[in-house]
Amino acid sequence: MLAAFPRMGHIDILLGDLLDRLGIDYLLPPVNSEKTLVLGAKYAPEFSCLPLKLNIGNFIEALELGADTLIMAGGRGPCRFGYYAEIERRILKDAGYDFNMITIEPPSLGFFKFVGPIKKVSGKSIRKIWRALKESFPKARAFDQLEKLVLKTRCYEIKTGATTKAYKKALDVLSKISGPKEVDGYLEEALALVEGVEKNLDRSVLKVGIIGEFFILLDPFANLDIEEWLGIRNVYLERSVYVTDWIGPTANNPVGGVSDTHLAKLAENYLSHFVGGEGLASVGHTIHYANQGFDGIIHLFPFTCMPETIAKTILPSVGRDLDIPIIHFTIDEQTGKAGVATRLEAFLDLLWSRKRQNEKKRLVKSRQLV
Amino acid sequence: MKVGYPQALLYYKYFPLWERFLGGLGAEVVLSGATTKNTVSMGTIAAESELCLPVKVFYGHLLELKDKVDTIFVPRFVSVEKKSYTCPKFLGLPDMIRSINDELPPLITPKIDLDKGWREYFRTIHELGSNFSSSKRKIFSAYRAGVLALRDYHNQLQAGSTPIEFLEKKKYRKVKKTGLKIGLAGHPYNIYDTYTSMNLIKRLREMGAEVETAEMLDDNIIKREAARLPKKLFWTYEKEVVGTVFHWAHTHSVDGIIYVLSFACGPDSLIQVILEHELRSDTALPMMSLVVDEHSGEAGLITRVEAFVDMLQRKKMAQLC
Repeated sequence: MLAAFPRMGHIDILLGDLLDRLGIDYLLPPVNSEKTLVLGAKYAPEFSCLPLKLNIGNFIEALELGADTLIMAGGRGPCRFGYYAEIERRILKDAGYDFNMITIEPPSLGFFKFVGPIKKVSGKSIRKIWRALKESFPKARAFDQLEKLVLKTRCYEIKTGATTKAYKKALDVLSKISGPKEVDGYLEEALALVEGVEKNLDRSVLKVGIIGEFFILLDPFANLDIEEWLGIRNVYLERSVYVTDWIGPTANNPVGGVSDTHLAKLAENYLSHFVGGEGLASVGHTIHYANQGFDGIIHLFPFTCMPETIAKTILPSVGRDLDIPIIHFTIDEQTGKAGVATRLEAFLDLLWSRKRQNEKKRLVKSRQLV
Repeated sequence: MKVGYPQALLYYKYFPLWERFLGGLGAEVVLSGATTKNTVSMGTIAAESELCLPVKVFYGHLLELKDKVDTIFVPRFVSVEKKSYTCPKFLGLPDMIRSINDELPPLITPKIDLDKGWREYFRTIHELGSNFSSSKRKIFSAYRAGVLALRDYHNQLQAGSTPIEFLEKKKYRKVKKTGLKIGLAGHPYNIYDTYTSMNLIKRLREMGAEVETAEMLDDNIIKREAARLPKKLFWTYEKEVVGTVFHWAHTHSVDGIIYVLSFACGPDSLIQVILEHELRSDTALPMMSLVVDEHSGEAGLITRVEAFVDMLQRKKMAQLC
């Protein structure tokens, strides 16, 4: 048996580590690329969202490399993602592939729906599975913490690309972690590598929050590597969701920093009910970032994503009330990097001019006070 | 008090209930009327461009109502049965329309969440009724009358009349039947809205075909058929579509299926895969998917429907010979 799972940012670190611990043979499909997307878009329904198209592309590439068991996450709705495993199974069977599909449902649908499939493939006891889960998780969290630091500090680097270089080295350091006890030591070392990059902390930077649908945010191919692009243009970034926040057992101590209950409270006046996916969190995070004095918000989501389309409908009124500019990017297989870059450049220009104007106003005010 | 009721989305499913309930409490229920070209263009302008056509149409109906009424009734349908949801867009509907730029009258937005149980539901009904009457007894007797009206409506539909015939008292012209029976699958707001579906039911009947929809089938059959899916669907209304098509595919009680879906509809994009997978074999029923949006042209759509009906007729003739 050779298992495979879809790509999404660095989720392969968490899942790979977990499968190693459970003694399951697996192969990693090639990193998401143009080819993956073309394959996926060929088989996926026309107006399904980009994550489904990339998933199918990953699975086809994995099946062609020899995988025979596909591992996919389930869900309980109302976001479409919860039914993707079923749809992918049908599409790939219809396309003539032969494989076994393992769907791991979230524990909220019943503990055995979650643990049962893992038990079946690995042949390990529930106790051992639980331990493996507990041991792999801190490692994945360390990767998220490193990523968070990189997003925050890239804007201050003196030599362009130095942070990315240090980040790559730090990733190698983190991949040495083999158990939860080693996490702290290696994480410190990795964080020190990124912090050691030569910086100019007096530089004036823009503070921008990135919000939206998790898959697009987490996968650099899907979001056209927008974070690095912004980072080297002196934009301090905070992102609403990280891999372990999305997959984690509780949403109360996320790497992103704001708990779900707090987000729901923040968003209450604009969206008073959860709408599946990250819809509510997107509205909540916009308000959170606006309260923190951010200069702007970038909203990324796949075309036809239901929860984010709702958020997009509501966000303009949030932006108006809290006086924060928001730019939306709807991403699908037609999205081109140049188009996104042009719009982003214009957006950054707008944020800079707003920032300068605000500073001038503040200056005038303080002089009047004197 | 004049309560506006947009004639879109779940109007086709629950209108008799709410009309009788609100009417019984002394409110005057004002309908926005059938969808027109103006409704669609107003809705398209006001709504976010990526929303699906039914929601845009709903926006249009709201805008048509806003100056005529004191309040508009926009319930938030979270779930209508245990462990299921409706479409996410119904979950966020009241919040979405609050962001319309035009001044809207106050909205009444009760939250219908049957996943939380009947107790919670009746509390919602009581709260909703309290806007009109302080007597608990009056509220629940009005609600009971509403339930009876809804039951009567369902019986009428199962007897073969369509919501348009019943709710709008429209009669279709009788035509000579050719013995062809076509199953029309899709959300009620897609297939019964005479404007956005381009009068599909009427046209099919004029071509001599008999039309069957999910509403004419027994609920239990639909539920049983939908349960054949290996993983339960978590959207109630989509489960109905799947159950209906599975029933037709199973029993061959119709000659062909036309599946109407709106562009950018999230659940429909997946349901389409399930239906096509089910109807893949050579002996399966023919199915045609019609995707509609605000740019759909009448001529293109009708040509396709005519060609499909012709094909079914020829197939039927060949079988008879």
